[in-house]
Amino acid sequence: MLKHSLKPLTPLGSDEPDSTVIGNLKITERDDFSFASIAQRDGKSRPFAAAAKRAFNLKLPGPGQSASNGDYTLFWSSPEQWFVEAPMATHEDIASILKAEFEESASITEQSGGWCRFDLEGDASVSTLERLCAVDTAMMTDQAATRSVIEHIGVFIVCRSAGQYFSIYGPRSSAGSLHHALVSAAKSVA
Amino acid sequence: MIINHPLLGPRDSQEFTYLGDMSLINRPDWEADDAVDQFHEYLYLRDNPAGEHKELWFHEQGDRSWLVVTRNTLTHDITKVEIAKDIARQMGRSK
Repeated sequence: MLKHSLKPLTPLGSDEPDSTVIGNLKITERDDFSFASIAQRDGKSRPFAAAAKRAFNLKLPGPGQSASNGDYTLFWSSPEQWFVEAPMATHEDIASILKAEFEESASITEQSGGWCRFDLEGDASVSTLERLCAVDTAMMTDQAATRSVIEHIGVFIVCRSAGQYFSIYGPRSSAGSLHHALVSAAKSVA
Repeated sequence: MIINHPLLGPRDSQEFTYLGDMSLINRPDWEADDAVDQFHEYLYLRDNPAGEHKELWFHEQGDRSWLVVTRNTLTHDITKVEIAKDIARQMGRSK
């Protein structure tokens, strides 16, 4: 391993992830996840399904859904494509771990550095999100997941616990703007 | 305006971008003898119906699928939404 003296920064640019409490809503910056997308290759549905069972041992989530097992959380992003999330501490090289399982049956793209994640926890989660995006977050059940737009920023919204706990994934380069949007909306409701 | 996505259900139209007439699926063969005429027609000549119109929409801020949306240009009423890939395959295309 190459030795260097570079210091990792969180998406918001600090040493430690930000945590903001506004009324009864907590907005937490998360930098402890690694992220990859897997896309099934054309005509490889059988080896893909077998590899997915070996790697995750769960039923791949359908449109608008996520699923978790052990370290892995998967959510559907488009037909025959999923995003996979795992703890950074154990899966920093998530793309090569998955590539070893899926081999030629899937195209796997490392996504860790491209995304930021903010967790919203508390009763005001839904009233905050309904001011920001067109998705009906009040109707999202546990493990529902979808893509949408917040303040012109494309995001994934994953519902960890209905009405109470949501994860918002956005482009890391827009982390500051996305965080500002979340905090501003939260201040008007929480 | 709400577009009833075949996979994801009703979604706000701000998540979509519009391309144009569904006939854009049928790109002419560039090797045909009359390719120039065909491409002229493909690129520039378009029906402009007052009423039902089939058009291509892209779910850019969603699952990135291309859709064929049947929309009434007079009322903006959307009567049908289909995945463009399925329609192209029904028309004999391989992709």
